[in-house]
Amino acid sequence: MADMEKKIIYLDHAATTYVKPEVFEVMKPYFDTEYGNPSSIYSIGRSNRKAVEDARISVAKSIGAAEPSEIYFTGSGTESDNWAIKGAALALKKKGKHIITSNIEHPAVLATCEFLQKQGYDITYVKVDEEGLINPEDVDKEIRPDTILVTIMMANNEIGTIQPIKEIAQVCKKHGVLFHTDAVQAAGNIPINVKDLGVDLLSVSGHKFYGPKGVGMLYIRKGVRIESLIHGGHQERNRRAGTENVPGIVGFAKALELANINMEAHYKKLSSLRDRALKGITDRIPYTRVNGSMEKRLPGNLNISFRFVEGESVLLMLDMKGIKASSGSACTSGSLDPSHVLLSIGLPHEIAHGSLRLSFGEINTEEEVDYLIDALDEIINKLRNMSPLYEDFTKGV
Amino acid sequence: MYSEKVMDHFTNPRNVGEIENADGVGQVGNAKCGDIMKMYLKIEDGIIKDAKFKTFGCGAAVATSSMATELLIGKTIKEAEMITNKVVMEALDGLPPVKVHCSVLAEEAIAAALQDYKIKNGLVEDNMYEGCSGCCGGCGSHELRREHLHAEHE
Repeated sequence: MADMEKKIIYLDHAATTYVKPEVFEVMKPYFDTEYGNPSSIYSIGRSNRKAVEDARISVAKSIGAAEPSEIYFTGSGTESDNWAIKGAALALKKKGKHIITSNIEHPAVLATCEFLQKQGYDITYVKVDEEGLINPEDVDKEIRPDTILVTIMMANNEIGTIQPIKEIAQVCKKHGVLFHTDAVQAAGNIPINVKDLGVDLLSVSGHKFYGPKGVGMLYIRKGVRIESLIHGGHQERNRRAGTENVPGIVGFAKALELANINMEAHYKKLSSLRDRALKGITDRIPYTRVNGSMEKRLPGNLNISFRFVEGESVLLMLDMKGIKASSGSACTSGSLDPSHVLLSIGLPHEIAHGSLRLSFGEINTEEEVDYLIDALDEIINKLRNMSPLYEDFTKGV
Repeated sequence: MYSEKVMDHFTNPRNVGEIENADGVGQVGNAKCGDIMKMYLKIEDGIIKDAKFKTFGCGAAVATSSMATELLIGKTIKEAEMITNKVVMEALDGLPPVKVHCSVLAEEAIAAALQDYKIKNGLVEDNMYEGCSGCCGGCGSHELRREHLHAEHE
């Protein structure tokens, strides 16, 4: 395994993915030869207009939208979330100022809600159970006459929990309340069909499914009115100004198309690697627990807590062995509190500090997983031998 | 994000372990904050002959503990009391701003172990640090101690 130590073993695909060669290939011409502005009327402008509109048609098809005009390209998943939430809040402020979300959302949603709270909006945070799941009935109970929007993520970025989006959408529909879902982690990993789900607004980011960074998408169901946030141009049907990121948009569409074609094989491969890692780790290392539901979970996500150790130390030692992963410890977030998601599912602080997120991808192999298990066994042992918590535990203090 | 020295002390921490029948033992921090440091001292004729530690925490917490033990060994008690978080940080070629509290924890661990030694040997009357969780200096206790030290050494 000595040669593996020089190699990078990337187990952080929930953070970002590499761009697939097929995707990069279709993007290339729009950087140098076909560099025109889609808004220009000459040929290399028109060819770019066509590339953007073809991408829109492709994305609409990929997510089951009724019309390509329901697809709006943005600069990121975060922008899409901001637009959906602030745009709905601004458009519907006369109807009410109440928004419902969950306490395990991505900061792109949570911080946007906090911002609106400062502007006088009222935010309700629906709690999740110990597996990280939301009960649609809890959403139902919180809806009031002045509720204007419900925003609940489709799949969680830390623990991979997949929410009952269709059922929550039905609750919202019953009350005539808009429903937005952040599908950034879900896209490319599980099927998304906006018609079947019944959502009004849905956010996606390009770099989570082997597409480029710097490009996102917001699905806005036909007839749904939200305010624009970026002004200054007629692009995206007057709703999102700014010259289109043509290579990004082209790459986004291609990556999503490939993800849809490969979805079954992708799901099978990632979940098999994930399960192999889970079994190896829990067989070899005592005092560990898996966070989140094992049934309703993204195929590549594994979130484990190791008692008596701290997450950043684990990450640094993994990094020295070439393994790239992520943690929910406070030290990796720059705050004093560990992950809000892990605390929300009821983990005590000291256990949340010792958590590790592994997110597998299409390039990973069983050999890499086995190397990971060996590495973790050694690292956790080393750190526990250094830990006063473990010392107290073994002495029965 | 970390200096080479921090990474060196994190990867190969010096003086990890316990000292049986230590002359001074101090533990600071708490699991909730994600940092606990336990410091053991062997003191003979007013000189720190040996220092060992156990730490639960991030890379910086381990590195500052390790560096603190290296700085402690061979020092007199008075000299050891001068090992502030700044001294530990400088010895490690600095820490990222969000990790400065780890060096404060190291300073507090040293203080707590020395205090334990003094209490055990009847060298202090008032036990001003009793009950201090020392978590991240949030309670301001290390500031108090610093003022106290400052007054003593002036």
